[in-house]
Amino acid sequence: MSALYQRSATQIAAAVNAREVSAVEVLGAHMARIERVEPSIGAFLSLTADLAREQARRVDEAVAAGKRLPLAGVPVAVKDNMCLQGTVTTAGSKILAGWVAPYTATAVARLLEAGCLPVGKANLDEFAMGSSCENSALGVTRNPWDTDRVPGGSSGGSVAAVAAGEAALATASDTGGSIREPAAFCGVVGMKPTYGRISRYGLIAFASSLDQIGPIARTVEDAAAMYGVMAGHDPMDATSLPRPVEPTLPALRTDLRGLRVGLVREFDTKDLGEEIDAAYRRAYAQLAALGAEIVDVALPHAEYGLATYYLIAPAEASSNLARFDGVRYGLRVDGANVQEMYGKTRAAGFGPEVKRRILIGTYALSSGYYDAYYVRAQKARTLTAGDFERAFAACDLIACPAASSPAFEFGAKSDDPVSMYLMDYYTIPMSLAGLPALSVPCGFVRDGSPGGRELPLGLQLVAPLYEEARLFAAAHAYEQATRYTLDRQPPVVESVR
Amino acid sequence: MSGTMVEQTYEAVIGIECHVELKTASKMFCGCRNEFGGEPNTQLCPVCLALPGALPVPNRVAVEHVVRAGLACGAAIPSFSKFDRKNYFYPDMPKDYQISQFDMPLVSGGVVRFRREDGSEGSCRLTRIHLEEDTGKSTHMGSGDGRIAGSTHSLVDFNRAGVPLMEVVSEPELRSAEDAVAFLEYLRLTFLYLGISDVKMEEGSLRCDANVSIRPVGSTEFGTKTEIKNMNSFRSVWRAIQSEIERQRSVLAEGGRVAQETRGWDEANGITHSMRSKEQAHDYRYFPDPDLVPLTLEAAWVEDLRAKTGLIPIAAYERLERACGLAPAQIRQLLGDPALVRFLLQTVDMRPDDVAFAQAAANWLLGDVLRMLNERGVSIDGQRTLTAQALAECAELAMAGAITSKTAKELLERVMAEGGSPKEIVAREGLAQLSDPSMIAGIVDQVMAANAKSVADFQAGKENAIKALVGQVMKVSKGKANPQLAESLLRERLKQP
Repeated sequence: MSALYQRSATQIAAAVNAREVSAVEVLGAHMARIERVEPSIGAFLSLTADLAREQARRVDEAVAAGKRLPLAGVPVAVKDNMCLQGTVTTAGSKILAGWVAPYTATAVARLLEAGCLPVGKANLDEFAMGSSCENSALGVTRNPWDTDRVPGGSSGGSVAAVAAGEAALATASDTGGSIREPAAFCGVVGMKPTYGRISRYGLIAFASSLDQIGPIARTVEDAAAMYGVMAGHDPMDATSLPRPVEPTLPALRTDLRGLRVGLVREFDTKDLGEEIDAAYRRAYAQLAALGAEIVDVALPHAEYGLATYYLIAPAEASSNLARFDGVRYGLRVDGANVQEMYGKTRAAGFGPEVKRRILIGTYALSSGYYDAYYVRAQKARTLTAGDFERAFAACDLIACPAASSPAFEFGAKSDDPVSMYLMDYYTIPMSLAGLPALSVPCGFVRDGSPGGRELPLGLQLVAPLYEEARLFAAAHAYEQATRYTLDRQPPVVESVR
Repeated sequence: MSGTMVEQTYEAVIGIECHVELKTASKMFCGCRNEFGGEPNTQLCPVCLALPGALPVPNRVAVEHVVRAGLACGAAIPSFSKFDRKNYFYPDMPKDYQISQFDMPLVSGGVVRFRREDGSEGSCRLTRIHLEEDTGKSTHMGSGDGRIAGSTHSLVDFNRAGVPLMEVVSEPELRSAEDAVAFLEYLRLTFLYLGISDVKMEEGSLRCDANVSIRPVGSTEFGTKTEIKNMNSFRSVWRAIQSEIERQRSVLAEGGRVAQETRGWDEANGITHSMRSKEQAHDYRYFPDPDLVPLTLEAAWVEDLRAKTGLIPIAAYERLERACGLAPAQIRQLLGDPALVRFLLQTVDMRPDDVAFAQAAANWLLGDVLRMLNERGVSIDGQRTLTAQALAECAELAMAGAITSKTAKELLERVMAEGGSPKEIVAREGLAQLSDPSMIAGIVDQVMAANAKSVADFQAGKENAIKALVGQVMKVSKGKANPQLAESLLRERLKQP
């Protein structure tokens, strides 16, 4: 049997429930792993070992008392934009540095109830705004496959922790691709459910109409199990879906017979380079080999996705982030009067990307510009949703890249925000339409440099609204047939202190 | 007309905006108690303190209250409504935006009919009624007078933050300060009758602003308006509007122009002063709140609420006037106590179309019943002993001459103290008035024999002596003799030498 930290969440929970291993032992193995690899990875902004130990003891007691928990003793990394009572929760921003959450997000509370052990708070781009994790004001996270490269973002810490074996699972959030792109970069499974599936209560808002929590795992089965625990209606979130959640685990399958998979005409991969293009064509061929019928679909408004998103998301963010004003919590820089205090606090507390988006959003909502920008963007959003509706009349799932490149080197896109925004070209339309989508590893490409590493790529699968079970079923079949990362770990350098 | 100065006559154009705190168990978007007072910052939770990650969930009862207010004013209730964010920074507003309603309020239109002091009728249409949340309260310290200017620091109490607030906006149809106050009074009474607010100006559960302009009589165009704030009682509303009309009149008389601005009412000095001009007005960047789903108002639900509207004050006024023949001053005395009005109308309904009975019931209620309630320090609905049925029986007995008014008073006292049916008590205890001339005649003879001096006085022309004799008949009959009958019998006997 592999080392505890290498085991899947499903394996850990089975062993803990069967009392073959204790939650305390599982935690110990992961804390040791964290100690060895964290210096080279930096997935966490803070560790919550005490809380995890306490929880591990509770899980062991419950199991000893005959209880079976779906995620018994499974170490989980919590993205640091989610509240966990008693832990420092920062959203990767200086404006919240040191702020201790007095309550727990619904999704996180459900994981704890299911037996998860919260090992630490994972790094992210400040307020989840970014695609490389470089916008974190509080730490640097490295890609376990190549530590000269970014882990992707905004959920960079979550994916790096899971890829490097620091946690079996991680919570993440996706607004325009913040789960799917980093999952692709780090060779893990990342899934964004239908908007409203998982409660946003306790998730520090970036763009409320797009934000959605989802699971990060090393296997599709684990992601499905974690999703099943977090999903379901929450009366604390008015946008939470009141409909029942279909069970995902019994639906997992090993073939794709009877499924029509749509390839998006507008998402031709030729421009992504020969090697990447070949990898995606191999992936699509694999889907066909598994029995799927490949069909051609169109998303004619996909090209407006980025522009639409970069009006709606900043508009909502400009309002959501107003509360960080120095009055009640977080950073305060004093001034001669309250206006000056606001100005100094927000100037010192927010990083450049956050400020850029607050400015864009404030502008888009301003009197005289609202109709030209915000209202038009909403119309484009409706058109995007219509595109998918028509596409799903002809297919059951859509397959496309999860990102337009593998992980890039630190600083490669820092001077050009638009080139960074383009990383989410393939993920944004699904976010605008509120659809469930998932990224599953689909091979590796060499970075081309001498002694260069192999970097993972991600295949994105997209399902119609509420069809998460179909999404996991198909991804499982593809993953089991290809096993790109199931039998292979990233070359993480362990350090000895 | 050349050479002659003609003094221009102006008319005032007044519109009212008022904010009403709704009476609900919990706040607008969270479960915190909605209660006036309380130690500062004790009625708080993550939602109303706008902690990172907290989300609003609308209070259904508050929505009902606003719809009921609209229905009571005969307004249209749309099938669809939504909440918007009004963005501006203020330290006592936790999110730095207020959840309000912009272009799709819960209530559009409607009219408030009112009566002036002299009983004449007036009315003013409503533009809209919408639902929003209240802010916290700032206290400025160190300036001596509580003003922000010169203060060293400010304290914020967030207990009120998130209390459901209804904003009522009238059309500019009021033409005098008197009408503005009458309109406000009927608006206040309407909400009191509906039971949706405490409507206490002194506790801030009713707050209002007035928009005032003047124009030459006969003109159909509006003059430039000013908005008057800081009025803390109906009396200050009246004074502030009067003062502002006068100020604008003198500005125009001196050839000046009225500036569009917000002016504060200075209660101590009896004047308004400039607070801010239109140029300093905010751009609130309204947009639909993405944390809340639009409200769908089912027609059946609205009809159900309409059916529960109950008595409204203007209808009560008209019934009290028509059915009871009460004078305007008497109606005003009653109208402020909806329970008393309902009690009276319930009594009156026992003998429909019997004005004499209704008047008698009203007189007993306004006289002896009110006195007894005051002595006991209870309200009409704070006691269980005196029922509308009992008051009706008392009034009927007295009207029919079955009991004397003295007996009726005693009966009311008894029923108020120990309950029961006046008719049963009268029958059981033989309290019925003596109206049988043969029985009274015996008492008359007895009294005349025992009071020879009074008899002699009367016969000597002292008219007043008859009163002493009637008094004696009443005394001997233990108050039961019909005094009119006793007097006529006495006069008859005294004429006989």
